[in-house]
Amino acid sequence: MVEREVTIKNKFGLHTRPASLLVKVASRFKADFYICKDGMEINGKSIIGVMTLAAEQGVTLLLRFDGEDESDACNAVADLFERGFDE
Amino acid sequence: MKDEQKGKREKILKGIPASPGIAMGGAYLFTKEMPRFEERAIGSDDVRLEIDRLTRAMEKSAKELSKILLFAQQKVGDSKAKIFEAQVMVLEDPVLIDAIRKRITKERKNAEFIVADEIGKYAHLMLAAHSEYMHERAHDMEDLRNRIVRNLQQEKLISKLDGSVIVVAHTLTPADTMILSRNHILGYATDLGGITSHAALFSRSLKIPAVVGLGDVSREVQTGDHIIIDGYGGTIVVHPTVERIKEYEEKREHMAEFESQLVHLKDLPAETLDGHPVELSANIELTEELEYVVLQGSQGVGLYRTESLLIGRDDFPSEEEQYIEYKRIADRIFPHRVIMRTFDIGGDKIVPDMADEANPFLGWRGVRVCFDRPELFMNQLRSILRASTRKNISIMFPMVTTVGEVHRAKTFVQKAKAELQAKKIKFDDHLPIGVMIEVPAAALTAAQIAAEVDFLSIGSNDLTQYLLAVDRGNSLVSSLYHEFEPSVLMTIKHVINAGHKQGIWVGICGEMAGNPLATALLLGLGMDELSVVPAILPEIKKIIRSLKFSDMQEVARTALSYGSRSEIETYLATFFKKEFPDIPLDSL
Repeated sequence: MVEREVTIKNKFGLHTRPASLLVKVASRFKADFYICKDGMEINGKSIIGVMTLAAEQGVTLLLRFDGEDESDACNAVADLFERGFDE
Repeated sequence: MKDEQKGKREKILKGIPASPGIAMGGAYLFTKEMPRFEERAIGSDDVRLEIDRLTRAMEKSAKELSKILLFAQQKVGDSKAKIFEAQVMVLEDPVLIDAIRKRITKERKNAEFIVADEIGKYAHLMLAAHSEYMHERAHDMEDLRNRIVRNLQQEKLISKLDGSVIVVAHTLTPADTMILSRNHILGYATDLGGITSHAALFSRSLKIPAVVGLGDVSREVQTGDHIIIDGYGGTIVVHPTVERIKEYEEKREHMAEFESQLVHLKDLPAETLDGHPVELSANIELTEELEYVVLQGSQGVGLYRTESLLIGRDDFPSEEEQYIEYKRIADRIFPHRVIMRTFDIGGDKIVPDMADEANPFLGWRGVRVCFDRPELFMNQLRSILRASTRKNISIMFPMVTTVGEVHRAKTFVQKAKAELQAKKIKFDDHLPIGVMIEVPAAALTAAQIAAEVDFLSIGSNDLTQYLLAVDRGNSLVSSLYHEFEPSVLMTIKHVINAGHKQGIWVGICGEMAGNPLATALLLGLGMDELSVVPAILPEIKKIIRSLKFSDMQEVARTALSYGSRSEIETYLATFFKKEFPDIPLDSL
């Protein structure tokens, strides 16, 4: 299992477009992927879940990956946050 | 007539005219209650059947939604169709589907109950968030939940209506408007909504009469009631009397005849009888309105409200997206001019991510927002500049208060130009820059502002509201709002003179510009340009072409000699009825 803390940089947070990009990228990997925010934990491969986080700019999230390709998955997803979802 | 016999009294409701036209017919009350179902235990042998039922309902829902999406793309364009994407994506969410299936198997409950409970959980969480955006997404999720449950019960879709109806609703989501529009809809009437609500925008692009902001029309009307919808005047008549029906039939005929009379004016210039030229242009919000504007014989676009690009989305459009939209408008209107007003957000304008303000009209809006969000402003300025290669675009800044703000806005333009130059991207280096005059402080200092810009455009709605300290949306004081108040006319005159002294042109783009009573007065005061809603343009052109400029100057002098707005209004109405007995005054 690997964990990584990320901060949301893009201005409008995890709204529909970045949420769908996040799910798409995470779904390429076999590893289970969970996002934790304020004690809430949601499946990062679920678009409805990611949207429900209502994560806005500046919010810190904990990403957790578990599975054979967990470190690749972690790097790919963290990179999206780093790039501000190219917004 | 039948209604009368049953003793139902005629009722007239006033709202906001959102899309022109008159229609009569049976009402269809569109309510959005969750489909009814029971929580039911299922036997272990039935789990398989229940999951099959779920799969079929999901497939059917996906088919319906992709149809709606396609229909929306064709009818209102890609950018507005995006509103439906969230629903489509969630319907394909593997985690959600898996969770629902597992719960059916484990809890042995019927699919309706599990679907409603599972999606409802998320909608509930979204509603708890403190953002308008999340609330809209919650409604999307409720919409989706209802769709699946309805398909599980194989209920008839509300989209299949019998015959032609006038749809009456509390509010209409974009999806509702789209689905319903696949039927023959005569008109839309809603309790909520403003002129820029989704229902209003869509019905205008679909050319269906609509009245919004009616307050409680959905409580006053029942399915099958006979109603009249007047999208010119913003009126709904429930259980109309025989006389009323006749009156509206006449009005409809009259409007049709009048509109056909105006057709030949299309290619004629807007100039007075004695040859004084006037720039008559149109206000637009949507690119879908472009063809209509050209058809109406406009000489250009005097106000393009760029903030309409933000409607129905949760982020700001990228530079590229904006460039494509701006270029399309500039190309279509060429060789005429398009005045692009930079994002006027805040106040009553829709925007994602805005602060809660006790007094939004005195708050964070217009150019103030742009200064605080420089990356956003620069993005827009670069896109406008890039679209300006045909040299027919002007930029206009909203909500300017001081001459210092004009300097600041111009510095942004310079910076945007330098960035494009560095990248060797072409643009119109002499692109004219103008300012909206809508804050009294800007009107008073119009001379100093005029020295800095290429034109001034009076935003009469806000100017009137700020001058008279009246919020038009507040029903306690809205009757005090009046653009023929002497103070308003004196301010307009002051701005025109200040502009002319600096050798620049002055226009007006508020509702007053499209008020037929005001045409002679405004032009007589020296107004160089009128920018009006496309629907009224031919009528205003007819007025301009029927009068002498010298007579208009006389009208302005006389109007300003009166001390009260009632005297001014009476005078203008009398003048109008004398000169234009055949123009319907309540066509607005």
